[in-house]
Amino acid sequence: MKPLTRAILGASVSAILAGCATAMSEADIAKQAVQVLRASFNERGQAKLDRLNQDSPQAQCSRDDGKPLAAEAGAALEKAQFDLIKYPADGKLLGDWREGEKIAQTGVGKQFSDNPATPAGGNCYACHQIAPQEISYGTIGPSLLGFGKLRGNSEAIQKYTYGKVYNPQAYTACSNMPRFGHNGILTEKQMQDVTALLLDPNSPVNK
Amino acid sequence: MQQWIRGAVIAVSCTVTGAAWAQAGNDAIKKIEEYRQALAGGNPAELWEARGEDLWKKKAGPNNVSLETCDLGMGPGKVAGAYTALPKFFADTGRVMDLETRLVHCRMTIQGLSEADAKKRPFGNGTDRSDNEALVAFITSESKGIKMNVAMNHPKEREMFEMGKKMFFFRGGPHDFACATCHSETGKRIRLQDLPNLTETKDAQRAYTTWPAYRVSQGELRTFQWRLNDCFRQQRFPDLKFTSDASIAITMFLARNANGAEFNAPAIKR
Repeated sequence: MKPLTRAILGASVSAILAGCATAMSEADIAKQAVQVLRASFNERGQAKLDRLNQDSPQAQCSRDDGKPLAAEAGAALEKAQFDLIKYPADGKLLGDWREGEKIAQTGVGKQFSDNPATPAGGNCYACHQIAPQEISYGTIGPSLLGFGKLRGNSEAIQKYTYGKVYNPQAYTACSNMPRFGHNGILTEKQMQDVTALLLDPNSPVNK
Repeated sequence: MQQWIRGAVIAVSCTVTGAAWAQAGNDAIKKIEEYRQALAGGNPAELWEARGEDLWKKKAGPNNVSLETCDLGMGPGKVAGAYTALPKFFADTGRVMDLETRLVHCRMTIQGLSEADAKKRPFGNGTDRSDNEALVAFITSESKGIKMNVAMNHPKEREMFEMGKKMFFFRGGPHDFACATCHSETGKRIRLQDLPNLTETKDAQRAYTTWPAYRVSQGELRTFQWRLNDCFRQQRFPDLKFTSDASIAITMFLARNANGAEFNAPAIKR
């Protein structure tokens, strides 16, 4: 057991032993925490208070201190999210990888400090290695270097990649990655461009 | 003196930033660590600490009295070691309070400020200085070298801790982000910036005991209330209210998890 887990467990146990009058159940604490959160924010710029209203995946993925969902619940979540993916009407999944690179580099968008008129970026490099030239990349997500080279560029792979950017939780329940299409962070064209960055044989990612 | 320190900080900062781009990530991190050590003896935070001490001792407000009778949890006027035991339950207000909330309380009850005045400009912006940041710099500096010892004896303290834990894992907003998204795995980073795993004792201790900090990139000393507000901004949440209960709950969760570690702030960060 990790020391912190032990400390938390120990604290919980001593709370029970103390038999304190206000001891609350896990569910009560969670409910109260949400109420306190709601009362603790001011809307500012484009960030309104409705951002604290969780949808079903957000609520499910917040439970149990971040532990993975049970297999069945995870599969159900993925299925429900998969059914919500909207592919481009014209069937085109690959855009311009050069534009995709710009989107991957750009971190602005949706913060209360951002101009809502400026298109949001994907900020992909915050979490992923992508093109080899960029050494300032994060490691929360896996490396995407050689993404298309490893997988090819078939229709099925294009659909998977676009879908993964659109809604990563369609493939991995409670993924850390934002649902860029589902939540309207990136436009259809932007997602086509990011898909091209990953799959286009001419993209530096696949060189 | 002040200009000199600022100049030196900027010069070293630019050198380090330039070097980081030319080298692999690990090298950059090592350089930043060296840079932190090089500045340890001349942290500009000392300027905030000195101003904070003056503000603490100066007669001010409608009542024209100093804050020297303010009880930060160790008894009236006792500053040394106060920060390392906060947040805590205060019987006189019936609430769990962190340092910044308690300071607002003292400025209102002792000096006679209105709530609006006591909460005015919690964070400086480079031009307009913040009294809150200066007072926090002074008070926290008086806990340097003391071990974190946040109690959870009172039911309200336990309740705050448990709520803070829930909030830490609460996902929301257009990006589905929680605190945990960036801070629950060890050895991760955003771009080249290391991320502490706040669910792991050692990382949690190191992170909490190095706030407040002088932020080189902003030329300001930043408090823990600021740290949380700016995390939520990047989480794409709305604006966390200064001294709100959520801010105290999350502080309680993080401060308690740092127990046992030696407090080492005001620190200096990029």
